[in-house]
Amino acid sequence: MLSHIVKRILLSLPLLIGITFVSFLVIRLAPGEPVSLQTDLNPRVSAASKAQLRHLYGLDEPLPVQYAKWAWRSFRLDFGRSFSPDGRKVTEKIAERIPITIFLSLLEMLVIVLIAIPIGILSATRQYSLFDKSTTIFVFLGFAMPTFWLALLCMNLFGVHLGWLPISGLQSMNYAQLSMGGKILDRAQHLIMPVLVGAFGGLAGFSRYMRSNMLEVIRQDYIRTARAKGLSERTVIYKHALRNALLPVVTILGLSVPGLIGGGVIFETIFAIPGMGQLFYGSVMSRDYPVIMGILVIGAALTLFGNLLADISYALVDPRIRVAKER
Amino acid sequence: MGGIVKYKDTAGRFRGSVFWRHFQKNKLGLVGTGIVLVLAAIALLAPVLSPYDPSDMDDLHILSTPSRDHWFGTDRLGRDVLSRVIWGSRISLLVGFIAVGIATLIGVLLGALAGYYGRWADSLIMRFVDLMLCFPTFFLILAVIAFLEPSIWNIMVVIGATGWMGVARLVRAEFLSLKEREFVLSARALGASDLRIISRHILPNALAPVLVSATLGVAGAILTESALSFLGIGIQPPTPSWGNILTGGKDNLEIAWWLSFFPGLAILVTVLGYNLLGEGIRDALDPRLRQE
Repeated sequence: MLSHIVKRILLSLPLLIGITFVSFLVIRLAPGEPVSLQTDLNPRVSAASKAQLRHLYGLDEPLPVQYAKWAWRSFRLDFGRSFSPDGRKVTEKIAERIPITIFLSLLEMLVIVLIAIPIGILSATRQYSLFDKSTTIFVFLGFAMPTFWLALLCMNLFGVHLGWLPISGLQSMNYAQLSMGGKILDRAQHLIMPVLVGAFGGLAGFSRYMRSNMLEVIRQDYIRTARAKGLSERTVIYKHALRNALLPVVTILGLSVPGLIGGGVIFETIFAIPGMGQLFYGSVMSRDYPVIMGILVIGAALTLFGNLLADISYALVDPRIRVAKER
Repeated sequence: MGGIVKYKDTAGRFRGSVFWRHFQKNKLGLVGTGIVLVLAAIALLAPVLSPYDPSDMDDLHILSTPSRDHWFGTDRLGRDVLSRVIWGSRISLLVGFIAVGIATLIGVLLGALAGYYGRWADSLIMRFVDLMLCFPTFFLILAVIAFLEPSIWNIMVVIGATGWMGVARLVRAEFLSLKEREFVLSARALGASDLRIISRHILPNALAPVLVSATLGVAGAILTESALSFLGIGIQPPTPSWGNILTGGKDNLEIAWWLSFFPGLAILVTVLGYNLLGEGIRDALDPRLRQE
């Protein structure tokens, strides 16, 4: 088992290098230089000071040298300083945002799992029933729903018309004055909409996946055996079938990381949540390219980490995989 | 993919009637086909169908609620939302099709090379696919767009260039299994060149799953484009796109629900249509799924 984990980690190292390589290429092959944003619009910038700026950012060196230097610094999580007026370290800026995005993503995963698994089980065990058919329609709607539209509709209904929930930010203006309980309640109110909206897209795919998993498992011989020896349907489904149907769930959760993080750009922007997605959007709008590169690398590294975790935990819970891979 | 063979006659021609017989049993697939056809008609007939010029501003009717004159209401410049939604369908479909065309082209090319030649070409290409899949797609698209002018062509190219990995994997898998089949071996024994074997013998047999993924891809590309336009880095006003009409909806959320409702509904219905069509084609092509 340990050797499997070590092997997987070693295999993802080249990918990590590749991630920095692609990030670097994406930004450097795009037309326009980072300094042009600071110099082009300013007529008083002389050619000499422009050259000085280029030298400061190392843009006068050959591309491979630039990449090597940048990649080496990236591995030490040093992405330089932001181009924005505050000029803070990129790592610092990302570090204060990342917990919010990860926290939201985990909450979304939790919601997805809690709702999708029962839906999947029920529609598989009652295949072609009214429940199954209506969840099928729900699934297709979920796949087709533009998240940002759903967010707008919910904001309009629950925020503006009914006034039940706040529509932006993570806390109210008077947050500091609230009591402990009030603070928790306030946070929860701010989180409900973003989390539910963020989870919606994944919900459809996941319940579909759970359904087909379950369908596959309940057709297997050992389930027929369990029924044949007279176990109740309840025991057969929830004790025998469910365990195996749940195994691939960990994989899917790991693989859903890029979707959740990437989707964060949209709904963090809409709900004004100060997470990594919102920072990324702001940096894109102001072409703050050290931050863009930093988030690109970290986002991809998180995805890689999610995949790794999925792979390892799958091997942990499923002895069949473990044995096959160790051979 | 044994299912494909079923749709060929003895001369290897695709039998449309057999495919259709299975396809029409799937009611959702038929609904999808209907939606897709109606949308294509709306996009083609946009100049005839739209009651107003989509960029005509009417100072007297700013942000007016849906009425007999303006079914979908007007925006903050007094432009007719129905007309803008109708013209927006052209943008959405154009971006959807061309972006998917680009993605499919890249995916088929790389997948075919990897699957056919195997060995180092395969490892190289597939590791590159793994690498690309590490990036949250939306991050990658935004990062590239940040440094380009947000024109419609750039949007198409960027969405296409970041969406080919699934196709490449599919095509590679098809090629891996097809290249050992007798008809390929016999073509090779007859002295056919690699290019001919790839393009005339294997590729036509590998296209069914590609068609399915391309149909679903159109839906995905339309969603991505609308999200980009909504965020203000996609199609730029005054060109109407469903995403940028929705931006106006967000800015006037409290006073004009129609601005965000109708274009969003258009996106939902369109994406739904292509998804249903894609699933319908998949079910009709794959006999294993049909038995369920």
